Parts: sequence; C-alpha cells; structure tokens
Amino acid sequence: MATQTTVSETGNAFVATAYRQVAPEALFAYPITPQTTIVEEFARYVANGKVKTEFVTVESEHSAMSACIGSAAAGARTMTATSSQGLALMWEELPIAAGLRLPIVMANANRAIGAPINIHCDHSDVMGARDSGWIIMFAENAQEAYDHTIMAIRIAEENSLPVMPALDGFITTHSISRGETMDDKTVTKFVGVRKPQHSMLDSKNPIMVGGFSTLGNTYMNIKKALREAIDASLPSIKNIGDEWGKLTGRSFDHVEGYGMEDAEEAILVLGSAAGNVRAVTRKLRAEGRKVGMVKLRTYRPFPAAELADMLKGCKAIAVLDRSDSYGAPAGPLALDTMAALYKAGVDVALRPYIFGLGGADVKLVHIERVYNDLADLSDGGLNPGLTYLGI
Amino acid sequence: MANIKECTKLPQRLSGGHRLCGGCGASIAVRQVLMGAGDSEVVAGCATGCLEVSTTIYPYSSWNGSFIHNAFENSAATISGAEAAFKGLQAAGRIPADKDVKFVAFGGDGGTYDIGFQSLSGAMERGHDMVYVCYDNGAYMNTGIQRSSATPQNAWATTSEVGSAKDGKIQHRKDLTSIIADHHIPYVAQASVGYWRDLVNKAEKAFNTPGPAFLNIMAPCPRGWRTKSSDTAELARLAVDTGFWPSFEVEDGKWTMTMPAKIKKDGLRPVEDFLKPQGRFKHLFKPGNEALLENAQKSVDEFYDYLVKRCECQ
Repeated sequence: MATQTTVSETGNAFVATAYRQVAPEALFAYPITPQTTIVEEFARYVANGKVKTEFVTVESEHSAMSACIGSAAAGARTMTATSSQGLALMWEELPIAAGLRLPIVMANANRAIGAPINIHCDHSDVMGARDSGWIIMFAENAQEAYDHTIMAIRIAEENSLPVMPALDGFITTHSISRGETMDDKTVTKFVGVRKPQHSMLDSKNPIMVGGFSTLGNTYMNIKKALREAIDASLPSIKNIGDEWGKLTGRSFDHVEGYGMEDAEEAILVLGSAAGNVRAVTRKLRAEGRKVGMVKLRTYRPFPAAELADMLKGCKAIAVLDRSDSYGAPAGPLALDTMAALYKAGVDVALRPYIFGLGGADVKLVHIERVYNDLADLSDGGLNPGLTYLGI
Repeated sequence: MANIKECTKLPQRLSGGHRLCGGCGASIAVRQVLMGAGDSEVVAGCATGCLEVSTTIYPYSSWNGSFIHNAFENSAATISGAEAAFKGLQAAGRIPADKDVKFVAFGGDGGTYDIGFQSLSGAMERGHDMVYVCYDNGAYMNTGIQRSSATPQNAWATTSEVGSAKDGKIQHRKDLTSIIADHHIPYVAQASVGYWRDLVNKAEKAFNTPGPAFLNIMAPCPRGWRTKSSDTAELARLAVDTGFWPSFEVEDGKWTMTMPAKIKKDGLRPVEDFLKPQGRFKHLFKPGNEALLENAQKSVDEFYDYLVKRCECQ
C-alpha cells in the first residue's frame, strides 16, 4: 500500500530523498552552487547508514561524469548531480554517456553560464546539453523534481539512455515548499534493480566499451540507433509517468496546459516560471480573456506532435526562453516550437521572448505584458520578433 | 618473482594482430604489466591514443577481457568509476563479496602528464583499488609527435622544432613519478620495457597492493624517436643504464633504487649512449652543440643524485 507523507523541504532535499530511495550502487559527487545541497544531504544519508551507495567525491565534474561512465559500464546503477559551469565542464562526457547508451541519472540545478559569472537561475546550462542524446525533463516545482528523479531511473534503464531531471536553481532548489514523498518500500518496488544487458563485470561475457568506430559506417549507424532510441523513449516516459501517477495521484504529461481548451493566446514556458504564468492566466481568464498557458515536462525527446496539437487552436503564442541561442532566430524552446508547428502544418503567429537570465525577476506584470502583446498580434499587429522581457 | 617459463603460461590479455607499429613500446608495456595480474579477472581502460586506436577498432578488440575507452584525459577517472561500481555492487549483494577483479588504467604521457594529470591525481588521492600505468614515450605520438611535459629537454618534436633559432624543446621534463609518490599512495614504481623481469615484478606488486598503485614505464616509440623498430628493447635498457630513466620504487613511503646489478656495480653509462641512436636528438651531436649534450648529462646526473638522496634519506 503506497503511503505518502506531506513534507515541507527545499527542492534539493526532495531530490536527495529521491536519490536515497532510488539507492544507486554508486554516486559521484562534486560541489557546485546551487546543486551542492543534494550531494551534501546524500552524504549525510551515507554517513548515517541510510543508504549503502558507494559514495565517491571526485575532483571535478569532468571526472564525475567520466567515473559515472565507468561505473554504469560496469553494471552499477549510477547517479550524480550538477549545475551550470559543472555541466559545461562535463560537456565532453555527455555525448559519450549517451553514445555508449549508459543509463546514468543526473539532476541539474539550472543556472546561468558565465561570463559574466552569475549563480542564479536560467536554462543556459541545460540548453548547452540539449543535443547530447540525454533525455531532459524540466520540473516546475520541488514535487515535480522529486517525481521526475524517481521516474528518471526507470526511464534511463528501460531505454538505455542517460536522463537529466532539471530543476530551477535557487527558485526550486532552495525554496522550501510543501509536497509529498512516497514511502521507501513503494519506491524500492517501483524502481526495481538494474539488470544490465552487458556489463564489464560479467566474467563470462567480457565486453569492449568505447571502441574506435572508424570502419565503414559503424559510427553513423550507432548514432542513428541513438536517434531512434531517444525518439522511441517518448511513449516509455509517458507510461512510466502514468505508472508513478497511479501510485501518487499526480498525473504526468509531456505537455501540460491550463486554459488551453479555448485559448486564443497562449504562453509556452519551461520550469518554475510556469507558476507565475499560470497565476496571470487564471486572473485574465477570470476577467473573460481567452488565454492559456503551456509547459513542457519532457524537453528531450521533444514532444512535437503533442505540443502542436495543444497550440493549434491559438491565434498567437509567446514562447518564453530562459536562455538564448545567440545569433539564432530565437531561443532554443522557440526554435523547437517553430519546428513542431511547421511539421504539424499549424500556422500560428509566434513571438519569442528571452526572460529571467541570471535570475532576473519574472514578475506578474511582465507576463501580463506578454499577454497584451499577444492580443495585439491576434488583432493583426506587427510581430517585432525576439524580445528581451523585463529589461 | 617473475620467471619467463611461468610468464609464458599466463593468459594472453592483449592479442597479437593489433595495429600498433612494429617495435612499439606501448604494447610491450601492456603485455608485461598484465602478466603481473596473474590469472585474476582484469577490467582495463585506456586513454585516447595509439594504444586505443590500434587495439579497439570496432567491432574488433585485442583485449582479452573487459575493456573501456572513454576519452583522452579521463582513463583514471573512468576506471575509478568501474572500481567504485564493483564495491557498490558488492555492498548491495549483487555480486559475490569474494569476487576478485583487478582494475587497471593505461595512458600515454600526453594523457597522463598533461591532459589527464588532474584525473590521475584525483583517482590516486581517493584511494581506489586500481593500478594506473603510464607508458611514457616522451611525446604525443598518436597525433604526430608533438611535445608533452614528458618530452626530454632539447628533444625534437613537431611542436618543439629544431632550427636556426631553437634547439628543440626548451623546458625540462616533469618528474611525474615523484609527484605521484608524493600522493603517499601504497605503491609507485618506475620501470622500463627493456627490463621485463623488473617490470613484471613491479606490476605484480602494484596489482597485489590494496589501494592505488602507479607505474611509470619507459616505452620507446620508433616513429617518434626516429629509431629502428628492432632497437626498442635495447633503447629501453639504455634508458635505464644511462640513468635517463632510473629504475626505482616507492613502497609505503620507502624509496628504493631498483637499478640492474651491472649498473649498481659499474655505475651509469654516459647518456650519450641513449641519445645518439635517436633521430630526435641528432642535433645534439652537431659541432657547436656540445653544450646541449653537456646539459643533457648534467640533468641526468642531477636527477639521479636527487633519487639516491631520497632513497638514502630514510
């Protein structure tokens, strides 16, 4: 019988609880703000015998991911956590983890990338990793971060792909919020144990991992298999989310909307800012405006069909990106959305915004301004294109 | 104690038919090191480089046992991860507590002295039960003989050229073995593929010492040294005999010279004997460059004196 406990904790404490309950055989830890309290909390669990994980404090994030790769190839359930410059430092290792099809789980505390140096929230770090073959999930709040982390180990191991549950730095990682944690027994049963198809420690079937792929088209064939695997993970993520949802009573969808049944103007966003967008949407709808909000929980693989389907009835949409793709026509989420709409044959006016870089405040008034911009756009107003919001 | 008869009975862990050059010191180093593992199960890893590209051409593998290549600078971190997984799986009861597996990471001097230095230092400091082996041929040979911090002073390399304004590499070599010994890990040794018995014995100690161990192995590269393939073993012995690459070990903090008996008795041979057959040092023997040769001898003498003192100090 699944029993949930209501607790008030920081987002990182929720994630650390999930890590303890998942109980990886090996965890590689390195401090970086605002991720650090995840591995600190985990170190306390280890010190107090709450978990038997081999806890390894490496000397850099590059070595954290390198060691994760060695560990996962040796058959262990393997986890780490990082943020910002740390994720950037391990960039070289991210496509290797995915290319070797290793089911590593790494929470990321979303934070700006220098220069100038800044420790606060944006999505520049995650977006730098979006093409690496990792499954990426964005949490709106601590509850989703907890749920995604537990789902992630199943998603990783069932799809042989690394998974990054991302939560917004400070806003989610450090704010205390109320949520529910599941009892240990139910989580243990839900996550099961890792049963690797191949392992370096399988004495009878030794393997070569990471060979030099230069003969014929072996490299391209392996990359094609990765593309097919990450595309195929979309229904698997949904199924695992549904299975977890049955236990928790919290539903899961790749794309979640509010007010989208009749919305003419909509805002699409990732992460914690969905809260403010929802609040403004609720207020405007109470005033009779046909507005709606959409957030993605799954970002890679990109749920293009589901997103286009949700947006198809709109006259104008705004995509709020918490990072920029400098020199590109818009931010990364907006580019993905344009591609999804184009692919689905949905012709809707789209205005890309960049917001909240380096923790810049996203106020309700900013969101309201976006809705007013969209109303102009619906009325046939000019689309001024990429806009930095709030400054 | 290794003897050749017993060594021939040990499992062949690196098969012939790999694509390394004739006379390559790296494959000799790997074969001799892995003899030290006896008949234990071994998980090996190596850094990007000649050894990797020549022994792991997918879908073929020359490694008779599990092997991992990750990237250039992280052979130590990668194997440390595999070793941690082993411990974690044992703690979880997923593999038997009495199962014995040896973990070994290989890297060239570029992948060890330079780009992999931090990864190596971290893995040694953390105390993983693993052996790290550097096969030192004194340059980035796989990318085409570029200088590394292991390249000897005044050696020619493609990024430390010899010309009217420069005499090869300006800087002297980094003493990596001492640096790792100063991590105060249980076992550190320097050896050469030219003295197989000494090397296999050291590898055996390294594998059988609980905790981290480090072996730095002189492994000549005929392409980069501009020498004949048939001269590898002789050059590897001369490296030791001249004191260019002294043979020593540090066991639980105790420094010991392990030089061949004939050298202990008769003293070091002049470093010229080691340098002269090598094309990368040919400018040292041109008229007018006597000072470079003198400097080479002086550096060897100074380093040898330093080692003797470290051995005597205890």
